[in-house]
Amino acid sequence: MPTLSINGISIEVAPGTSIIQACEQLGIEVPRFCYHERLSVPANCRMCLVEQKGAPKPVASCAMPCADKMEIFTDSELVHKARKGVMEFLLINHPLDCPICDQGGECDLQDQALGYGFDRGRYLENKRAVNEKYLGPLIKTFMTRCIQCTRCVRFADEIAGAPEIGLLGRNEMVEIGTYVESAITSELSGNLVDVCPVGALTSKPYAFAARPWELKKTDSIDVFDAVGCNIRIDARGPEVMRVLPRVNEDVNEEWIADKSRHAIDGLLLQRLDRPYVRKNGKLTAATWPEALAAIAARVKGVDGSKIAAIAGDMADAEALIALKDLMGALGSTNLECRQDGGRFDPANRAGYLFNSTIAGIDQADAFLIVGTNPRWEAPIINARIRKRFLTLRENFKAAVIGSNLDLTYPYEYLGAGPQTLADVAEGRHPFAEELKNAKNPMLILGSGAVARPDGAAIQALTGKIDVSREGWNGFNFLHRAAGRVGALDIGFVPGEGGRDLDGIFDGAGTGAIEIVYLLGADEIDMTKLGRAFVIYQGHHGDAGAHRADVILPGAAYTEKNATYVNTEGRAQIARLAVFPPGEAREDWKIVRALAETLGKTLPYDSLGQVRRRLADAAPVFLSVDSVTSAGPASFAAAGTVADMPFVMPIENYYMTDAISRASPTMAKCTEEFGVGGQSAIGQIGTGTHG
Amino acid sequence: MSGSVGIAENGPEQPKEFAFTAENLAKAKKIVAKYPSGRQQSAVMPLLDLAQRQSGNWLPRVAMDYVADMLGMPRIKAYEVATFYSMYNLKPVGKHFVQVCTTTPCWLVGSAGIVDACKKHLGIGLGETTADGKFTLIEVECLGACVNAPMAQINDDYYEDLTPQNTVKLLEALANGQPVTPGSQTGRRGAQASSGPTSLHAQAKAAGVGAQALAAGAED
Repeated sequence: MPTLSINGISIEVAPGTSIIQACEQLGIEVPRFCYHERLSVPANCRMCLVEQKGAPKPVASCAMPCADKMEIFTDSELVHKARKGVMEFLLINHPLDCPICDQGGECDLQDQALGYGFDRGRYLENKRAVNEKYLGPLIKTFMTRCIQCTRCVRFADEIAGAPEIGLLGRNEMVEIGTYVESAITSELSGNLVDVCPVGALTSKPYAFAARPWELKKTDSIDVFDAVGCNIRIDARGPEVMRVLPRVNEDVNEEWIADKSRHAIDGLLLQRLDRPYVRKNGKLTAATWPEALAAIAARVKGVDGSKIAAIAGDMADAEALIALKDLMGALGSTNLECRQDGGRFDPANRAGYLFNSTIAGIDQADAFLIVGTNPRWEAPIINARIRKRFLTLRENFKAAVIGSNLDLTYPYEYLGAGPQTLADVAEGRHPFAEELKNAKNPMLILGSGAVARPDGAAIQALTGKIDVSREGWNGFNFLHRAAGRVGALDIGFVPGEGGRDLDGIFDGAGTGAIEIVYLLGADEIDMTKLGRAFVIYQGHHGDAGAHRADVILPGAAYTEKNATYVNTEGRAQIARLAVFPPGEAREDWKIVRALAETLGKTLPYDSLGQVRRRLADAAPVFLSVDSVTSAGPASFAAAGTVADMPFVMPIENYYMTDAISRASPTMAKCTEEFGVGGQSAIGQIGTGTHG
Repeated sequence: MSGSVGIAENGPEQPKEFAFTAENLAKAKKIVAKYPSGRQQSAVMPLLDLAQRQSGNWLPRVAMDYVADMLGMPRIKAYEVATFYSMYNLKPVGKHFVQVCTTTPCWLVGSAGIVDACKKHLGIGLGETTADGKFTLIEVECLGACVNAPMAQINDDYYEDLTPQNTVKLLEALANGQPVTPGSQTGRRGAQASSGPTSLHAQAKAAGVGAQALAAGAED
């Protein structure tokens, strides 16, 4: 443990700590451009120079490891002189166009030029100019502003696993680019904008839209997948201008996926901003009392067993509990939240959670990925697995049963269907030995793998694989829907004698189900709802709204205070950043109002009371932001497994839900990368394993 | 300075495919085998050179892709290498690729005149190729033959002790397909002083080197 002194303060650090990290531990700020704590260290910007006693010249603190008895000064005259020199060099070719630059106001170079910049330029020659590059529909370039820190190159290489950007050319002509002018084929490409310390890479959809100081910033939670990424919503007036990641080491570190970041323009389009009632076969705008009365008129006298509710992928826990209570009051047990038709035992909490936790990936040493494409279903989790690969390198062991796709890390492809899974489970396959010998094996079962008639049997089969160790549960269920785990925890599943998804469809077909309540459920086959009276509560005019007889306009995730439970079982709270448009309302309030109209008033009037009810229903809602272990999973053998290959549930990463389907930016991405774009990735970028 | 590193829309026509000939493939395998396992990417530079030689002294994109794929490295990493080193040509060049050194030592002894003679004789500017595709002219930084400055590299060979006159003669000979002698164009041997040997006479004599050989400079 080296002990050194920085500005006269003594500090003991772990071996291998760099000086810049030691400075950060002491709260001493060291300016930097190329250094990024999650990327490799190239030490090429030279901005972080510090003085080391006895060294002949200033040292780059990002690349210099701490040693015993070092004496470092970060605020000496030499340091200031050195940094001013570096800054002057950086500004030689950097345009002084801050007033028209999108990075203005949140630019590292701008901020640091304030501290270290010279008040005039001594460089009288022409500045160089660099042609723009095409990096796809999400990233706007202004390459003249680039200071060649190579953060983007390292991000693409290391984190995204899409080594498609490079530093091309040499000396004064050096440029960042792809050489072949192609879009970056990564679901994490939006993060390039965040890592760029200057205005060279900026967000294309957000170009010239707002200045950072005009925006109201709200900490919230992402709902485009089940990872529960922590985000910050920047809004101006009624409009969400952009979404940025927030640091949460246990969940998303500091990255978010492109859909989370850029699907938000869909929040302005196709919105349901007033209630509608179907009259003579046509949806007609109505008032809230009319809409609620129309429902009351239809529900009146209908037996509870003829009413069913299906919850969608983005349903929040507050709305779910309210709807569950309402359905209970109406006497219905026909509740279903697995609109993809997933079959597994919802009573077994460990059976539907990502038990190892996302941070647990950093400890895992063998992965078996079953029936899922984590790169599309949970890009952040996939990036975490890649991070583990970069740490372990040749000791990294992964295998996939399902589709053979480019996951950005090497793996052994075992097979396409449950037969291979059975081989591993029963120890006939050599990879079973790998899992057995692993210290912290991880099994990741995709939600798509159990969305088939023999789903429960497949889950039970994976349960046979021994992946638990002392203090380690390696069974991981990977959800795709942000609202799913919350719904399962509440018990938004068929109750005593209740119908599941197929049961509801059957009932709707035969007339045994007369009323179906869709809480933001758009991913089901609407034709199967037969002649049922459909109530759609949601925020977008998507499949559900088209089929509906009554539409109750709800709030999108940016427009309500709502709780979501991620795939690990971590309850997190999304906060209202803008108000719902028009007459749309927060979802639990809609259910509460409807219940009152139906004469089944729910016993809560405020968000606090709803949350208390939630905590009663499931203790997970008491401990927000943390994961409580669900204990070991146990599965009853459930029937036989059909020999059908696993089908990847996502065909197009960029359009998976009502918001992203309405988003023009996501439409552009779809056009650029195409449906099933991931197989194209294999053709363009090979050797993503470097 | 404006421009762009990369495949330009108005750039040269890119071939659609590339593969090593059987002979070059054997060579490539030999080169790759020089590096320890897991470090095959180190062979990228000699392999790019081999590919460049095979495609007529330039590197089409498909050739870089081919080499990168062969070595199991991201293609962009091969592009980075190819764009960094000036010895890789990313667009087609003439049959005779004339690279005149204009760095300080050569410049001091008249490289500007050599460049001018080339321009005038070939009727092209720097970075251009003659209409018949025979010559491409560029200026380069120091090629390390300063003792015999001024000098130029044409394809793989160095031509030294250039004067505007002998440069034109050299270019004419190349254009006509006549044989040319690489090295000094004034008959100087190796890098000996232009006025003949000036030191170590006694030692040379003692070693049995004849007076004639001394005057002409020792052969290798």
